[in-house]
Amino acid sequence: MHEWALAEGIISTAARFAEQNGLTEVTEVVVTVGELQQVEHEVLQFAFQQLKTPLFKNAQFILRTQPARFRCRNCSHEWSFKTEGMPEDVSEAIHFVPEMAHVYIKCGQCGSPDFEVTEGRGVWLATIKGVKGHE
Amino acid sequence: MSDPRLAIIGTRLGEVGRVVAVSSGKGGVGKSMVATALALSLAEQGRGVGLLDLDFTSPSTHVIMGVEGLYPEEEYGIVPPTAHGLRYMSIVHYSGEEPAPLRGEDVSNAIIELLAITLWGKLDYLVIDMPPGIGDATLDTLRLIPRIEFIVVTTPSRVAYRSVKRLLLLLRDLRIPVIGVLENMVMSRSRYVEDEVRGLGLRYLGAVAYDEELEAAIGDPAGLMRTRFGRDVAKLGSAL
Repeated sequence: MHEWALAEGIISTAARFAEQNGLTEVTEVVVTVGELQQVEHEVLQFAFQQLKTPLFKNAQFILRTQPARFRCRNCSHEWSFKTEGMPEDVSEAIHFVPEMAHVYIKCGQCGSPDFEVTEGRGVWLATIKGVKGHE
Repeated sequence: MSDPRLAIIGTRLGEVGRVVAVSSGKGGVGKSMVATALALSLAEQGRGVGLLDLDFTSPSTHVIMGVEGLYPEEEYGIVPPTAHGLRYMSIVHYSGEEPAPLRGEDVSNAIIELLAITLWGKLDYLVIDMPPGIGDATLDTLRLIPRIEFIVVTTPSRVAYRSVKRLLLLLRDLRIPVIGVLENMVMSRSRYVEDEVRGLGLRYLGAVAYDEELEAAIGDPAGLMRTRFGRDVAKLGSAL
C-alpha cells in the first residue's frame, strides 16, 4: 500500500480511537505491517510527521513488520516472500495492490497461482497509548 | 484492531459528485461497453469523469478504449492516468494482461486497496464497471461506497433477465438507489423486460439496439461514440 495513504489511514483511525476513549494526547501508536505491503518505513515515518495533528504532537510511531508466508491450496507447499530477483515493476505492483502477488508469484512446487497468504498481508493498528483527559 | 484503509475511503471519494455503478446479474450483456460509453459521453459533455474497472477477473474497459501501458502517477497516493478525458483506474495498470486469479477475500482486499490509494480529486461522476453477479466484489462495493447508485444492464433474454432480477431484488433489499435498467443488444422489440422492470417499480431506461458496427469500433472511443450504440448510451448520460 502507498505509504502516504497508509499514514493518513492510520492517523485517522488512531484519532477516532482516541476520541472514543477520551484520550487528549496520543503518546504511542504501534502498527503491524505485513511484509507483502513492502512499506518503506522511512517514507511512512516521514508521512506521519507531515500528516500528524496536534493530538499526536509527542507521539511515537512504532512499525513492526510481519514476515509474509504463503501456502499453496493445490499441493500445501509453504514458502516465504522473497523480493530478490523480482523485477521492479512487479515489486511495485505488489506494493500498491498486494493481491497482485497472485498474478506474479506461483507455488515453487506445483506452479499454481492459487495460494493463501497465511501471514504478512495487511496493516493493523496494534496498540495505542495516550493520556486520558480529566472527567 | 482496525484496518486503517477503511478510514480513508470516504475521504478519497469526498470530491466525487455521483458514484454510478454499471452492473448486471449476468456476464456478456455489454455492461463494460455501457460503462465505458457512458463515462466517455459524460466527459464529452464537459463533466469531470472517472472510470473505475472493478471487474478484476475480466477487465475490459482498457480494450474498449484501446489504451495500453498506462501507469498511475505517485504523488501522496496514486493519481489515475488520463485516458480519453477520463481519470482511469483499472487492475490492468498493475497486472497487465496476466490473469488475476483472486479468491473472495483477495477480491475484497484488492477493492479496499484501490479505493484507499486512488486520489480521484474533483469529479462530477465516477462510473464503476462492476463485476457481474452478486458475489464478494458487488457486496464489498456496496459496503464501502454507501452513496453508490446503480444502472443495471440486461439483454432481452429471459435467461439474462432472471439473473439481473436477482441483483435488482438484492439492491432493493439493501435500499441501494437504482437509476434504472437498460435493455441492451435488442434485436426484436418485446415488452418482456420493460414490463418486468416497471413491475418492480423501477425505471426502464430504454432499449439499445444490437449494433453490428460496434465490434469494429472497439479500441476507438471516438468511433464508438459515433455508433448507434454510442449515441443511445450518450442519451442515457444526458438524462442522468
